[in-house]
Amino acid sequence: MDDALLILPMLVPLLFACLAIAVLRWRHVQAALTILNAAILIGLGIALMVVVWDERVIVTQVADWPAPFGITLVADLFSAIMVLLAAIVGFSAAIYSAATIDDRRALYGYYPLFNILLMGVMGAFLTGDLFNLYVWFEVLLISSFVLLGLGGTRAQMEGAIKYVVLNLLSSIIFLTGVGLVYGMAGTLNMADLAVRLRDVEDEGLVLVVSMLFLVAFGVKAAVFPVFSWLPASYHTPPVAVSALFAGLLTKVGVYALIRVFSLLFAEDQAHVQDVLIWVAGFTMVTGVLGAAAQNEFRRILSFHIVSQIGYMVMGLAFFTPLGYAAAIYFVAHNMFAKTGLFIVSGLSHRLLGSFELKKLGGLAKHSPEVTLLFFLCAFSLAGLPPLAGFFGKFALARAGFEAEHYIIVGVSLAVGLFTMYSMTKIWAEAFWKPYPAELPGDFQVRRRQPGMLVMTIPAVIFAALGVAMGVAAGPVFELLERAGEQLADPSGYIAAVLGGEPE
Amino acid sequence: MDIALAVLGGFAAAAVAPLVVARAGHYGGYLLALVPLAVFAFYLSLAFGADDVAAVSWTWIDALGVDFSFRIDGLSRLFGLLISGIGAIIVVYAAGYLKGDPKLGRFYLFLLSFMGAMLGLTAADNLVTLFVFWELTSVTSYMLIGYKHEYQASRDAALQALLVTAGGGLAMLAGLVLLGIAADTQSIAEINAAGDVVRDHHLYVPILVLLLIGAATKSAQFPFHFWLPGAMEAPTPVSAYLHSATMVKAGVFLLARVNPSLGGTTEWTAALSIAGGATMLLGAYLALNQYDLKRILAYTTLSALGTLVMLLGVGTELALKGMVTFLLAHALYKGALFMMAGAVDHEAGTRDVRHLGKLARAMPITAAVAVIGALSLGGFPPLFSFIGKEVLLEATLENEWGAFWLLLAVVAVSSPLLVVAAGVIAIRPFFQAGGEPPKHPHEAPPSMWAGPGILALGSVVLGLAPVLGQGWLIEPAAQAVAGEEFEVRLALWHGFNLPLAVSAMTIAAGIVAYLFREQLRALTWPVESRVAGTVGPTRGYEGFLVGIKRGSAWQTRKLQHGRLRRYVATTALATVGLVALAAFTNGGVPLAFDVGGVHFYEWFLGALVLGGGVLTAVARNRFFAVTAVGVVGVGVALIFLVFSAPDLAMTQLLVDVLTVILFVLVFYHLPGPMLQARRGVLVRDAALSLAVGATMTLLVLGVVHADRPTDVSEFYAAAAYAEAFGRNVVNVILVDFRILDTLGEVVVLGAAALGAYALLKYRARDPEGDEQ
Repeated sequence: MDDALLILPMLVPLLFACLAIAVLRWRHVQAALTILNAAILIGLGIALMVVVWDERVIVTQVADWPAPFGITLVADLFSAIMVLLAAIVGFSAAIYSAATIDDRRALYGYYPLFNILLMGVMGAFLTGDLFNLYVWFEVLLISSFVLLGLGGTRAQMEGAIKYVVLNLLSSIIFLTGVGLVYGMAGTLNMADLAVRLRDVEDEGLVLVVSMLFLVAFGVKAAVFPVFSWLPASYHTPPVAVSALFAGLLTKVGVYALIRVFSLLFAEDQAHVQDVLIWVAGFTMVTGVLGAAAQNEFRRILSFHIVSQIGYMVMGLAFFTPLGYAAAIYFVAHNMFAKTGLFIVSGLSHRLLGSFELKKLGGLAKHSPEVTLLFFLCAFSLAGLPPLAGFFGKFALARAGFEAEHYIIVGVSLAVGLFTMYSMTKIWAEAFWKPYPAELPGDFQVRRRQPGMLVMTIPAVIFAALGVAMGVAAGPVFELLERAGEQLADPSGYIAAVLGGEPE
Repeated sequence: MDIALAVLGGFAAAAVAPLVVARAGHYGGYLLALVPLAVFAFYLSLAFGADDVAAVSWTWIDALGVDFSFRIDGLSRLFGLLISGIGAIIVVYAAGYLKGDPKLGRFYLFLLSFMGAMLGLTAADNLVTLFVFWELTSVTSYMLIGYKHEYQASRDAALQALLVTAGGGLAMLAGLVLLGIAADTQSIAEINAAGDVVRDHHLYVPILVLLLIGAATKSAQFPFHFWLPGAMEAPTPVSAYLHSATMVKAGVFLLARVNPSLGGTTEWTAALSIAGGATMLLGAYLALNQYDLKRILAYTTLSALGTLVMLLGVGTELALKGMVTFLLAHALYKGALFMMAGAVDHEAGTRDVRHLGKLARAMPITAAVAVIGALSLGGFPPLFSFIGKEVLLEATLENEWGAFWLLLAVVAVSSPLLVVAAGVIAIRPFFQAGGEPPKHPHEAPPSMWAGPGILALGSVVLGLAPVLGQGWLIEPAAQAVAGEEFEVRLALWHGFNLPLAVSAMTIAAGIVAYLFREQLRALTWPVESRVAGTVGPTRGYEGFLVGIKRGSAWQTRKLQHGRLRRYVATTALATVGLVALAAFTNGGVPLAFDVGGVHFYEWFLGALVLGGGVLTAVARNRFFAVTAVGVVGVGVALIFLVFSAPDLAMTQLLVDVLTVILFVLVFYHLPGPMLQARRGVLVRDAALSLAVGATMTLLVLGVVHADRPTDVSEFYAAAAYAEAFGRNVVNVILVDFRILDTLGEVVVLGAAALGAYALLKYRARDPEGDEQ
């Protein structure tokens, strides 16, 4: 049972990717398969959650080679939560794709790559092996690169090249780190590494090597100063791709940061903490200022992704159970709000034909449904209670103050004001301002298209999840608190992987 | 339960408001008014009920100590009655004022949401519950100020109000979190019952400052006062409700709420008295040079808010009694005055007093309201606000704080100025001749004078018989603010005493000032306009906005410059920098390099790889560069060979040869010669590359030096044949021990093939026309 739950999240998308390749000519069949795939993944995610609910860490050894010799797949609460979240984002993005991705993109492999991307994400969340994590990063990288470039417009290629070069660089640094860690500890299994790295005589060396992981995953997570690939590329592909990326890619980087710094390099945290807090602060500030300088819907959102990553890093930096819990809550909230906002940008583009704020307007008057969806997602992002974003902010502030990191909390709250500033900029320009020209003649027709309805569904899902996560913040935090405690004390994780009793 | 129902009833009404209005038009407003009316009745029943305090609580987030809880005491009750009572009046008033407006449904949606938020804020017992509703009042206020959002001015004013209040809200959030940590509970009742715990905590001053910023922004205290006049862009019902009677008092409420646990210290008294006194004076003065009825009222509101904060700062029993009395009096007359201004605007088409005159004949009821309101504003007997002012003076005079004379001076200067404002509001438009209003004025419909009439009547009745309000309303509220029991007795006539004398003098001074108002304006306006144009907080706000724009644009140009070469350099620099920093903090990395142990052919191989690398870097021609890369590859393959990994060496060699061949084939299609960077760039990149190389070398040397534990490869060597039945260990690793890696890599290759095909074959025909 555990074995299946751990391996199926990788195998199911692979199977569906193959099925989709078999039916490349039928766009709708491919879309339906992809939606089905994501639905199954949601089911698997829920099943995983049920199994690990009571803080049980489940483990399977691939090909039955005992750890640390084979590859181990592990799920603790953190992994299970991430699997479920990613599945939800995948599901919604698949629905959105079904309404927006054209025949030609479908013919040239959009859906197979979509499924492979999901496979990579799932693998990254579930693997317990450092090199295997690298492999899943490669799967992610190649599939996302092609999805980004598919269509081959000049803007897309420019973004995709930056994306792939900088991410390959990150992969090289990651791989170097893996090699060095193996050189020190003689193993690649993460639980085993956690034990063995503790015994390395020269602790300073471990710390120095850990910096390579910080940079490698920092690039993936898009933190200051290595976030440039993200704002350079996210506004170029179709919205379906932007939305999928916004929900998944950077979050895998954040996941990896949290995983390795809570498990592998958990011994000497003082220096890492300083670095992470600086990185978090600069990421928040530079991201949000980047957004303030933009006047295009998706570019604003892209910079905001960067800014929000800072909050997640900040939660990690406290190294307390509440800090982890707040960070994960923030990841979840952000996946929902940000993916939802990208979809809203697509809806407004469908209605008015532009992403440029100065060419938009009048949506509050003419499209109450899109207005409501934007309001819920944007003000959740800006931290308006009782929407989810507020509780993320609140929990982080509480965690930070308890750990007596006053300045970074102050910075994070101040950045919240700027976040609100850019959300209200979109609100004032696209929703409040009258449409600058005569409304497109077929506006009301477009508004009532069946395609529009399908496109709206995922945004509704995300807006509703944002509300639900706020209203039901109690049970959510109860779960996250346990996830945070697991991360703060990884002995249960290690014992589950290597066998034996927790210390 | 019924408490929650009453508190949250506003949201329920808000949710159905658009539907009701869609069906019933503006008559729907009358229907919706029943909801605040019911809430009003509920609060009344609480006031005359058996229990002094009503409470209800649910656990919201156990992990964070957050409850969703309400506790209605005397202070909450006073606010609840004002919010629901004036709310009902405003809902009816708006039905007349905005009759026929197509957005009326949305208007009620936000207005009633606001009411719910305000009720929740004033009834909350948990700090987080309070903050939730606090922020909701900011956002509903944003929506309401921006109601006429077709206009740039409305949008800007809404944004200004939001940024100021939400910015203060964030400071307040920090303060509330710290308060929760300091008091070890987030229940306000428990915090207030804990005595000196917070006052003695080492975080007391930060908590106080942060909460004060929150309260000051919300209640428009100096220097955050500037957003309030701007908020007058909102439709008048909103100005009357949010920006005079209720929301702007939220900051005062917050300070009153935490007074038992935070108040009474020197810091508290100084900060609140100064901020409040400054605002009181400034507001009264700024009204002088205004001609727009709503702006005059907005500035006098500032002054009143300052008074309330100042009284909280003084903090004596008498002062708190005065605070509560003044708060009630102000809500009554200011609400009435705003609605009067709206009626004038609605019927005469302008709010500019210079264009209005002799309206009393056409609008007698509105004129009566204006007169009563203005007399209240000026603090004339026998109105209720006169009593408020008497207590205010009394509290100021008995004040033990050393600077009491300063406060007295503030009161003595601002009171006459308020009398001037009262005169401008009531005499000029209603009784003096002159002015050509755009519309031919006639009396407003009953929906627009009934409500203000009731409020004005309240001012008169409570003034003549203050006993009607003191026992059940004012006393419990004052006690809740003080956190202790004391008796409140109010009377119109206090006998001949010092406060009465001061009061009489200020009124007399006010009348004189009114008569000479033009001279006063001529004297002050040139200075004021110059100051406001250079150093005023509005300028500060504008500067802030411009600063954001310029600063963010500058930063984005620097960081997101679009040049890949520099992005790569940044990444490399970050790597080297972080590694060096970590090594530095740790006092360096251990190195051991035994030159004697290196064989001569190893030297040769090292030189080969290095030489290839250098040649690649300096190559000026593509073929040469690729060949040099090939040399590096061959060198690495040879190293593999030397260290007895022939399969790896062979793989490496194959990949290398293939890469060179592919490169050469591709070159055929590339245009022109290789691009050459400028010399400075080359030097920089070379230095960076060397740094990266050196870092990696040192890291490897450090790791090699470390004692190496037994690694998994020994297991592979032993188990490959015995358990996995394969003679070639590398193969067994690939297809058995680490099969999942291989699966992943196969997928990578598949995806790459698919991608290469797609990228080569497929060009989107029309990028702009893509469906999104």
